[in-house]
Amino acid sequence: MSAQVFVPGDSSALSVGADGVAAVLSREARSRGLDVTIVRTGSRGLFWLEPLVEIETPAGRMGYGPVADEDAGSLFECGFLAGGAHPKALGRVDDISYLKRQRRLVFARCGLTDPLSLDDYRRHGGLKGVEAALRLGPKATVDEVLASGLRGRGGAGFPTGIKWRTAAAAAADRKYVVCNADEGDSGTFADRMLMEGDPFLLIEGMAIAGVSIGATMGYIYIRSEYPHAFATFSRAIERARSAGVLGERVLGSAHAFDLEARLGAGAYICGEETSLLESLEGRRGEVRAKPPLPAISGLFGKPTVINNVLTFASVPWILDHGAKAYAEYGVGRSLGSQPFQLAGNVRYGGLIELAFGATIRELVEGFGGGARSGRPIRAVQVGGPLGAYFPQSLLDTPLDYEAMAAAKGMLGHGGIVVFDDRVDMARQARFAFQFCAKESCGKCTPCRIGSTRGAETIGKIIAGRDRQKNVELLRDLCEVMTDGSLCALGGLTPLPVLSALDHFSEDFAKPPTRAVAE
Amino acid sequence: MAARAAFDAELARAVIDSRRSAPGAALPILHDLLHQFGYIDDAAIALMAEALNISKADALGVVSFYHDFRRASIDGHVLKLCRAESCQAMGCEDLVEHLEARHGLAPDAWDAGRGLQVETVYCLGNCALSPAALFDGAPIGRLDRGKIDAIVADAEGKAS
Repeated sequence: MSAQVFVPGDSSALSVGADGVAAVLSREARSRGLDVTIVRTGSRGLFWLEPLVEIETPAGRMGYGPVADEDAGSLFECGFLAGGAHPKALGRVDDISYLKRQRRLVFARCGLTDPLSLDDYRRHGGLKGVEAALRLGPKATVDEVLASGLRGRGGAGFPTGIKWRTAAAAAADRKYVVCNADEGDSGTFADRMLMEGDPFLLIEGMAIAGVSIGATMGYIYIRSEYPHAFATFSRAIERARSAGVLGERVLGSAHAFDLEARLGAGAYICGEETSLLESLEGRRGEVRAKPPLPAISGLFGKPTVINNVLTFASVPWILDHGAKAYAEYGVGRSLGSQPFQLAGNVRYGGLIELAFGATIRELVEGFGGGARSGRPIRAVQVGGPLGAYFPQSLLDTPLDYEAMAAAKGMLGHGGIVVFDDRVDMARQARFAFQFCAKESCGKCTPCRIGSTRGAETIGKIIAGRDRQKNVELLRDLCEVMTDGSLCALGGLTPLPVLSALDHFSEDFAKPPTRAVAE
Repeated sequence: MAARAAFDAELARAVIDSRRSAPGAALPILHDLLHQFGYIDDAAIALMAEALNISKADALGVVSFYHDFRRASIDGHVLKLCRAESCQAMGCEDLVEHLEARHGLAPDAWDAGRGLQVETVYCLGNCALSPAALFDGAPIGRLDRGKIDAIVADAEGKAS
């Protein structure tokens, strides 16, 4: 039997040379007359080790990384096909502490399997969730999702089961399932990893949603900044269709469900669900006023369940293992697991799936190993560009929905970005406004105008003009935007701004530099 | 980058027709046009409006809303440079300065002479290996000055 060598095809791994490594390993094997099959997988999410090459041995998967092209020769010489010793050897991958300390429910398969092999997917426990859902029937499936306590992983944290129940109860000739894969928050990449590394899991989750609410068609809206994810996911849909997982009869049942992948076009606002629906309908991605809720009147005016990638991807595990088993993870009203994403100026950035309840510090220090620059950590932004900046003194805040809200922050999509002591928080606050101004859909005034005025006001503060008055004005503006914006973009931009102002006020009082208000 | 077809109304019409019956067809049509020609020609906007039975103003409104749908032809290379928070934390703004100071390349301006456009993007989902970029669709992690210099040299080499 030929030896299997696993090399990630994840785009982060590609960004540090995984394709080259795969090609060199294959060439080396041929020149040595060895029978080697290179299997391209997703990523384990231990990105500082990418390209992370793995070998199947009787003792389990052995890892080598980060592998460079020039390591190929020595890897063969030291017998890496049998797990031989090498300076880049990492031992059993499952024993790597970063991975061992995690609780991987959603990302259990990512990095292990060939993302486009349904056989591989099945061998590793795939399709059991949708089989369970077909056995249980629609109502019991929705009840199970409800009982699991699963909340929307896109950021809003709305109970998924309630959304599904509402759409299931709505009477209509057509219903839709829509997956929000417009993962635009800086510091987040879990959706991308999953679409590239385990796309059938998401397809399975969406099919379960379709079956349980009575929808026959689903769309996934993938951002155009993710060309690899779009390509992989589109191929996965085709394979699922030809294998009968999608189509007229889902796994031979009486339920029809099909899927289409659609590409975004570089608009952050389309991650907002109603804006995404507008975009899918072929219009400008302008936010809709709610109500009506999409579950009642969503895509093309029909009842629509719209959830994030990670929400759908959590469902197969719940159906397979039961709501009770899922709800045993987590704390309070934040149940189950959350795939956190650790990024920015951090030594060991990556995907860290844990039960809710860990603190920011456990992530950035325990997993992240501190700043990559070796300097002290000064600020940590949690939840993307609309999330708050936390100072050292608040790093013991637990990462669950309620604790984050109590600390005037939000969990968002679970992205955590680390900054060292060189960061200028007044400039970060101004960037929050500039980003909002650039990405605002323009429909509501607080967001459209407020973001520009906010950036100007912080510019004046940086330049030292009427500081006290301008800080007051800034707080007032933030109140207007929070209360008066139509959606989360204008409504939450004050979070990073106010957190910078509250926790890093010294940065707003520095002697003005020559670079004045821009 | 593959050479783009010059704008051709017949070809544009064929591209539009193959998608026009899809529900919410505007974005798929525009992506196909972008893929075919490298930009969205004004004439194509009118053709799309006619095919979808919407006003030209509405069609233009859709095109202008999305950052991806550039309105002028650029026949060359595109370096999408992430300038969002995670990449900021790893010094992407220093790289922007380097591009300007060393190579005279300003972000979001088409440099016809070199056949290279540096485009600001916000997040490529490669945040654990920031700073991140996409060069003609190929992901690049841990971007630094050396890699920038190599990319510019590569683009210039390919352009000539």
